[in-house]
Amino acid sequence: MHTPTPPRLQLQGITKRYPAVLANDRIDLKVDAGEIHALLGENGAGKSTLMKIVYGVVRPDSGSIGWEGAPVVIDSPATARRLGIGMVFQHFSLFETLTVAENIALSIEPRTKPAVLAPRIREISESYGLPVDPNRLVHSMSVGERQRVEIVRCLLQSPRLLIMDEPTSVLTPQAVTMLFETLRRLAAEKVSILYISHKLDEVRSLCDSATVLRGGRVSGTANPRIETNESLARMMVGADLQECRLTPREPGEVRLEVKSLTQASIDPFGTSLQQIDLAVRSGEIVGIAGVSGNGQRELLAAISGEARSDRANAIRICDRDAGALDPAQRRAIGLSFVPEERLGRGAVPDLSLADNALLTAYGAGMVKNGFVRTGACRDFARETIRQFDVRCGSELSIASSLSGGNLQKFIVGREIRLAPRVMVVAQPTWGVDIGASQSIRQALIDMRDQGVAVLVISEELDELYAICDRLAVIAGGRLSPTYPTAQLPLEQIGVLMTGSFVASAGAADVAA
Amino acid sequence: MSLLERVWPLQLERRAAPSRVMSFASPLIAAVAMLITGFILFSALGKDPVAAFNVFFIEPLSNAYGLGELLLKATPLLLCAVGLTIGFRANVWNIGAEGQFVIGAIAGGGVALFASGLGVFALPAMLLAGAAGGMAWAGIAAWLRTRFNTSEILVTLMLVYIAKLGLSYLVHGPWRDPAGFNFPQSQAFDENEILPLLWEGARVNIAFIMALALAVLGAIFVSKSFAGFRMRVAGLAPAAAAYAGYSDKRNIWLALLISGGCAGLAGICEVAGPIGLLSPDISPGYGFAAIIVAFVGRLHPLGVVLSSLLMSALYLGGESAQIELQLPSSVTGLFQGILLFYLLAADLFITFRLRRVKPIVAQPLAIGVKTANAS
Repeated sequence: MHTPTPPRLQLQGITKRYPAVLANDRIDLKVDAGEIHALLGENGAGKSTLMKIVYGVVRPDSGSIGWEGAPVVIDSPATARRLGIGMVFQHFSLFETLTVAENIALSIEPRTKPAVLAPRIREISESYGLPVDPNRLVHSMSVGERQRVEIVRCLLQSPRLLIMDEPTSVLTPQAVTMLFETLRRLAAEKVSILYISHKLDEVRSLCDSATVLRGGRVSGTANPRIETNESLARMMVGADLQECRLTPREPGEVRLEVKSLTQASIDPFGTSLQQIDLAVRSGEIVGIAGVSGNGQRELLAAISGEARSDRANAIRICDRDAGALDPAQRRAIGLSFVPEERLGRGAVPDLSLADNALLTAYGAGMVKNGFVRTGACRDFARETIRQFDVRCGSELSIASSLSGGNLQKFIVGREIRLAPRVMVVAQPTWGVDIGASQSIRQALIDMRDQGVAVLVISEELDELYAICDRLAVIAGGRLSPTYPTAQLPLEQIGVLMTGSFVASAGAADVAA
Repeated sequence: MSLLERVWPLQLERRAAPSRVMSFASPLIAAVAMLITGFILFSALGKDPVAAFNVFFIEPLSNAYGLGELLLKATPLLLCAVGLTIGFRANVWNIGAEGQFVIGAIAGGGVALFASGLGVFALPAMLLAGAAGGMAWAGIAAWLRTRFNTSEILVTLMLVYIAKLGLSYLVHGPWRDPAGFNFPQSQAFDENEILPLLWEGARVNIAFIMALALAVLGAIFVSKSFAGFRMRVAGLAPAAAAYAGYSDKRNIWLALLISGGCAGLAGICEVAGPIGLLSPDISPGYGFAAIIVAFVGRLHPLGVVLSSLLMSALYLGGESAQIELQLPSSVTGLFQGILLFYLLAADLFITFRLRRVKPIVAQPLAIGVKTANAS
């Protein structure tokens, strides 16, 4: 007679209400030992709240948690860690002024000196294909690099349940493969994994079972191996999705040109740009792939004007030398720009959407004799909300009250409505749910079809393949030649991401 | 459940949106808490708290003269605070309004003392010179900040002491009144160099009206002008300001010139008003107290109208407590500090609220039963 092992984690009737929303409504979830369990759902479906409850960050209003058969109260992350629960957050919980090793030392029990941890961090990070320098200061690291630190931090504590909140968005295809091998190895060692993601391909190849959330409730459970992307998406969204389509089109004149741009990063730990050459034409979308921290931030700042170039002709926008112009002047000659960070850069968190329209759209009749025309701002914001289906209270809602996806739609919409001649977008759909991602991508394609030159910098390869006419890869501050998307298979992108093209620098631009 | 929660079953929870009610109530809560602390303080000092309260807050305001004094003392606070408010909103921390106040007094006073025959234009010339003096003094900090990235907090603060020593040198030396029995003060200003009184029998003058008008202008600037919007964005989210292409340098210059100009104007109004000449102690720390006024007034040019009156009442109360209760003059500063302290504490509840922690009772799970049945 065998005694069945109790589930590693069992949630029953978990409910959590916030002032404005019922985030979790009687949620049941069961994860067995050694199981890789996917938690699927759109943004705002309640995944993050549920995981915070499991990790002891948030207290549920009602419901019970069972851990290996026994009821437990997880009242703090420390308790969770003692039970053997590790979590990699989507929004990082790192102190920016400390080094990687110091950050990890803060959350490790028993207390260990950072210097002692450093070699272990290096060892674990290398064995799992997540290179991290333990002595670097976190503030100098890109989003992707910070996520690596979070993953390594968890692995150091040899967890029994590992919660991963969208861990692959910043990894190269090869690194994703390596991570999956790691996760499967951990699962074989009887570690349970709760895998939160919206990438359905990944979930289908990696996970044993899936719980799908919609609007704070469980909308279904499934075996992802026998489901299709479409069937899973339907459970998440509650409706069918449209694919976006790129019809071939002859590009026009060059609108954005970067000519042998070499620029040191302002940040001592940043990546300096070396000999960047790039041309984006009217009516095409050019994508730049690459693992974060390889010079994307610097390149974006150089194009937007937040970092000025020494040579005025290093950047040319619509046939004008723009290297010495400030961001406002570049906007005036037809550049629109969507930054990677939405809150605090693309939008002011504490201001209303109407005020956030004014932020960059002030040229569209919103200022008269130095005074703000409030009505014009509100009209512009309201029209943006309508056109781009932004879910919010009204144009007077505070930017930080919107979900990430909706705020992104607002920012993208605002920049599109400025009728730019060149549009630069960084991480257009980072953390944005499937429905909203689709509409943002379609909006970019529509711009291309209207003859705008579009440059997209993204770490999501699926997305780049879906919307780009040409692709290039950035690695170590250098940019590869651009290739027509169809001629650049995934494996080759992976190779380019290692910087292999540098040896053959000077090779002809394939698309030229 | 932690021990703390058992003893104190409340926890802070972020509100869905900042509470508007609390942002108005917070200064009132702070004022009430300050009064309660005052009661305890007076009792501890062996004074009858009710009588002391009367002396401190009621008596000074119980007649027309007292009310005039209230407005009189509120004037320099209000003038300084309106300017500071605009700068603080842009994250430009001009801590040295006191110094700009003094330079304003020197510049405007210099015009009064040395430019003769201006007739009716004497006062306007003095006011302009005062405002320009304050701007120039704050401009030093703006230049150093934009040119060398020097902290304007330190520079403006240090410039306070330079300004005060400069004034002291002038009234002890070259500008001393030869007929002044060696007192360190200048000649008294002429009749046409003194601001007209608002009503006979009080000392409050038209500077108070100017201050009110400036507060209204300031409110229009911050809420309606594009320059005010740019400064607000720079204060709330510097990266967003850079992304939008708003010039950092222009914001810094504007913030310091406005706050410096206002403080300089306050300085000349003070010497061309109740004081009537230059002397080393023309300010009991108005420039510093204005920092508190700005925060208690919610960094809003109209809010500071109320908070400057409150702060002025504290000055009057402190004086009357000094005279009638023989309490040290530092009581005023103490009350100012207590007020700011409570305000910052009460402000927490604008974005957070207290919530009762519900005790979670661990209940037996159904799993055990199920597995028992299964096996």
